[in-house]
Amino acid sequence: MPTYTMRVFRGDPGGGEFKDYRVETGEGMVVLDVIHRIQATQAPDLACRWNCKAGKCGSCSAEVNGQPRLMCMTRMNLFADGETVSVAPIRTFPIIRDLVADVSYNFEKAKQVPPLRLRPPDPDGKYRMMQEDVDRPQEFHKCIECFLCQDVCHVIRDHEDKKRAFAGPRFFIKIAGLDMHPLDTRDRSAFIKDQAGVGLCNITKCCTEVCPEHIHITDNGIIPLKERMADGFDPIVWLLRKFRGKSTSRIGRDRTSR
Amino acid sequence: MGQAIGQARPPIAAAHLRTDAWWALPLTVVVVLGAFGAYSTWAAFQNAHYFAAPYLSPFYSPCLYRSCLHATFGGGLPDIYLPIIGLLSPAFLILIGPLSFRLTCYYYRKAYYRSFWLAPVACAVRDVKPGYSGETRFPLILQSFHRYTWYVAVLFIVLLTWDALLAFRFPTGFGIGVGTLVMWINVVLLAAYTFSCHSCRHICGGHVNVFSKAPGRYRVWHLVRRLNERHPVYAWLSLGSVGLTDLYIRLVSMGVIRDLRII
Repeated sequence: MPTYTMRVFRGDPGGGEFKDYRVETGEGMVVLDVIHRIQATQAPDLACRWNCKAGKCGSCSAEVNGQPRLMCMTRMNLFADGETVSVAPIRTFPIIRDLVADVSYNFEKAKQVPPLRLRPPDPDGKYRMMQEDVDRPQEFHKCIECFLCQDVCHVIRDHEDKKRAFAGPRFFIKIAGLDMHPLDTRDRSAFIKDQAGVGLCNITKCCTEVCPEHIHITDNGIIPLKERMADGFDPIVWLLRKFRGKSTSRIGRDRTSR
Repeated sequence: MGQAIGQARPPIAAAHLRTDAWWALPLTVVVVLGAFGAYSTWAAFQNAHYFAAPYLSPFYSPCLYRSCLHATFGGGLPDIYLPIIGLLSPAFLILIGPLSFRLTCYYYRKAYYRSFWLAPVACAVRDVKPGYSGETRFPLILQSFHRYTWYVAVLFIVLLTWDALLAFRFPTGFGIGVGTLVMWINVVLLAAYTFSCHSCRHICGGHVNVFSKAPGRYRVWHLVRRLNERHPVYAWLSLGSVGLTDLYIRLVSMGVIRDLRII
């Protein structure tokens, strides 16, 4: 059976270091299995967060050989027999212990997103949406909140001072999903520009590359938000909308809700 | 903000822990974009060998004035003598349009922010510069005007299509040469790149929230969305085709190679 040297980060806010563990693996094992084997056989105090082991709970985010990944979805046969594999906590957020990070930054950001403001219902009191109206938001609803996109985003990863002014890719798709919602009436322009800081994103697409749900975060979420910001100073779009009317686009939204 | 800000991150000093060849892609982009930049600058300085009847180099289109070797529209416009045209090749003025479209393109931004700006050079590799303001300040805030450069790029597609139509008109009458095919391939790839643009997708319907009430725009948006998925491929192919088209016409014009007539 293949044997690996697992170089696992051990530490807490006071300090830490990488420690090597030689682990024999079995067929079909993933990194999370190996971490569990280390816990069971060599380091019972090794802390790691996990839950579903099926790539759906988003708990076991870590950096495997420097790449943000879900440990439960990273198969060991990606690596050559005998290879040294490093496992570190996600580095953008404060460490609690070993592989466990404090991701509460994201929960604070989530609270800031202006929620849906529904338009009045149809005359019979019901709300109706067609599938083509919700295809775009549904892609964003696949998000499992593993925060790998937030971890890899260099705006907050490498520039701590930008954390206050920047929502990050996970919340840009949340905002985009709300902004594209067919029943929504809220105008989030000022929020997107000033509080979410969409201008800080330079669309280098790392968030898209690491997303385990393969959400096109940049192409389908962030860039449309940037384009919606650009609508504000495009006279041709403004003129076209004047001719077409306001019913289907953002121009008819409640400007007072900023 | 919440309690997380300012607390200790994992005490790992290394700028990255990646073990793969993360540097290969940005290096390739530097080489390819650098080579194209060097060639196009050299070609623009030449102000010669841009026309080999009936082919006109895309670097020198539109050829608007009467004195031009291959006026794009009929007899050509009266010559206007601007001081800068005497000093610089008109290619520099023409290239501003397509160049600004590519410079502000969402895909190329990713490519050059990684390869030239090094912010970040690769995913999960630390930014080289300590300060960062993204696209919130001059000059990068001008990236927001990509929409306007797209309008200009569409105009260039019209002009290059006209040039490609003229490429059937040989001095002896209708014909098709290898150059005709080269020019048409170039136009098709440039059109694919231009109409797969993210701004195009937004203008065509991306701004709509209730697609069921705008079925026409939904169909157009859906088509552009499919094209948009291959935008990076078209970006590179069209970059290569525009350079190779100029090179082909240049070599024919210089007499280095002979244009083969198919019909």
